[in-house]
Amino acid sequence: MAEKILMKGNEAIGEAAIVAGCRHYFGYPITPQTELTEYMAKRMPQVQGVFLQAESEVAAINMVYGAAGTGVRVMTSSSSPGISLKQEGISYIAGAELPCVIVNIMRGGPGLGGIQPGQADYFQAVKGGGHGDYRNIVLAPNSVQELVDMTIQAFDLAEHYRNPVMLLGDGALGQMMEPVEFKIGDMAPMAKPWAANGMRGRKEPNIINSLHLQPEKLEQHNIHLQEKYAVIQANEARWEELHTDDADLILVAYGITSRIARTAMEKARSEGLKVGMLRPQTLWPFPEAPFQRLSDNAKAFLVLELSAGQMVEDVRLAVNGKKPVAFYGRTGGMMPSPKSVYEQIVKTVQEKGGK
Amino acid sequence: MADKIFARPQALKDVAFHYCPGCHHGIIHRLVAEVLDELGITDKTIGVAPVGCSVLAYEYFNCDMFEAAHGRAPAVATGVKRSQPDAVVFTYQGDGDLAAIGTAEIVHAAARGERITTIFVNNAIYGMTGGQMAPTSLIDQVTNTSPYGRKAETAGMPIRMSEMLATLDGAKFITRVAVNNPGNMAKAKAAIKKAFEIQLQGDGFTMVEVLSTCPTNWGMTPIEAAGWLEKQLITYYPLGQFKVPEEVAK
Amino acid sequence: MPRPVFNEERCKGCELCTVVCPKKIVVISNRFNSKGYRPATCIDETKCIGCALCAKTCPDVVIEIHK
Repeated sequence: MAEKILMKGNEAIGEAAIVAGCRHYFGYPITPQTELTEYMAKRMPQVQGVFLQAESEVAAINMVYGAAGTGVRVMTSSSSPGISLKQEGISYIAGAELPCVIVNIMRGGPGLGGIQPGQADYFQAVKGGGHGDYRNIVLAPNSVQELVDMTIQAFDLAEHYRNPVMLLGDGALGQMMEPVEFKIGDMAPMAKPWAANGMRGRKEPNIINSLHLQPEKLEQHNIHLQEKYAVIQANEARWEELHTDDADLILVAYGITSRIARTAMEKARSEGLKVGMLRPQTLWPFPEAPFQRLSDNAKAFLVLELSAGQMVEDVRLAVNGKKPVAFYGRTGGMMPSPKSVYEQIVKTVQEKGGK
Repeated sequence: MADKIFARPQALKDVAFHYCPGCHHGIIHRLVAEVLDELGITDKTIGVAPVGCSVLAYEYFNCDMFEAAHGRAPAVATGVKRSQPDAVVFTYQGDGDLAAIGTAEIVHAAARGERITTIFVNNAIYGMTGGQMAPTSLIDQVTNTSPYGRKAETAGMPIRMSEMLATLDGAKFITRVAVNNPGNMAKAKAAIKKAFEIQLQGDGFTMVEVLSTCPTNWGMTPIEAAGWLEKQLITYYPLGQFKVPEEVAK
Repeated sequence: MPRPVFNEERCKGCELCTVVCPKKIVVISNRFNSKGYRPATCIDETKCIGCALCAKTCPDVVIEIHK
């Protein structure tokens, strides 16, 4: 029976990475994820790992590129403005098909923004962020335990698909403390015959590269990447449904917002409103299938985000016009109370007829 | 190769270089490859190529190679060396890569004393993109983005990277050489060899700045370019050692 | 006797080798290679002293010096 420890979200991510066999971390301080960087500074030497505070988030993601190219499990973390700095590096990592884990503990934006929680990096995470046709696998935890489980899973997914995996958290999850237990991941670490870790008797050099100047070659490479993404979309979408069987109104939320939404949903249920919730746990691949199924019987969807509306666009695409999709969001680091979400539920039920 | 006095080093693949006629990249690549051969380290060497004319360097060396984003090679090399400490790691960078966009990365790799070797090819111009001004372009030098000649009032003075990096304690061996004549070439090779030897000893950051020609974008023949380098570049960028490990200095 | 061997297809006619030979026996030939360059060549192998300066100056590893 695994022991439960009370841990802060940011630190739990660090410990989970170590449990997953990560021994290389390159990061830079930025609120609200600095505790993760500091935790790795303490823990990595204890497990004979490498911790390096890079000179910038740009340098850190390039150190990740280097280490990942030699075949080791490696992680970096930052928050929104720092993740913007990493976009070039992430595009290179995706183009070179390297496994790595990138943690974004989101804060309010745009620009320097604020230090309170936000969810306004959804577009950046899910739609690319960096240049070119690539995708990050994006995991969306909503508890400290999920921060742990998804961090461990992230390393396995990254290796299996040779792709960057982003853990999309937020300042609330990063700062909160909850009991967690650590379980080793399912997938065995993979051999990496492609790694450029020094030939040492290997006949042909390995080259880690994303440059393909001949358009024929670059097109083939992109087709290969898209085929990979199709496999990921077919196999790795994850979500949670609560009370959706008979629901007239389906709430859609992820991360900290899903916990507020759940409280509001319970209140609505107690008032006789048939409300359910669909919580995506992967934002890419986006769980389209349950939306297609639920939009048969539900009357409407209400999407809740700490942003001006980003995931709502993917919900609308998945629902494909079958039913109305409403939106309620807060920005700037403001977090809606369960009461205000409940009021939005009532308003949506009245307007969209989801009685 | 018992029947040959001189032949291609093993660490250099037998493929044609894409470089312009008379470009010194070919010479510098070969010197690095000769050093890898002579030290017997090719099998555990990992190189990091830049963005610039030598972006395709990863196709020429017979060892594991990385292609890095513009300026980021020292950070990539840091990730490589920290995860493979017994490998020999080098970066190969031009003046845009190292002295413009990558200034933070090279300064901090040197400051941290990363056990990597940087080959810095300084030809005072941006070659790959067609001849724009570099941070190391000389005053009055005409380039595509200094068509009236570089003026200090608008573009500042050229940067002497070797002298600057030598002020960092983590930098153990910083030297400037050239390959525009046989005498300079021999010294350049000796410097490159010493830089790799210091890395093998586990000491800190080493860099060899190699003044080079860019005949195409300087608008000269290769022979004229070698002469311009001697008269103009070496005057502003003196050859010599700016940092040596303590033991050698004694 | 040492002699230079030119891989003419790799030569780009840059002429750097022609100015370093102490015996002045390296010149640009009159023929073209398939890339359109006039390759360098040795006009009198008997005078070669095997110093290899031409080979070392060549940016394209065109020249081997055989014993």
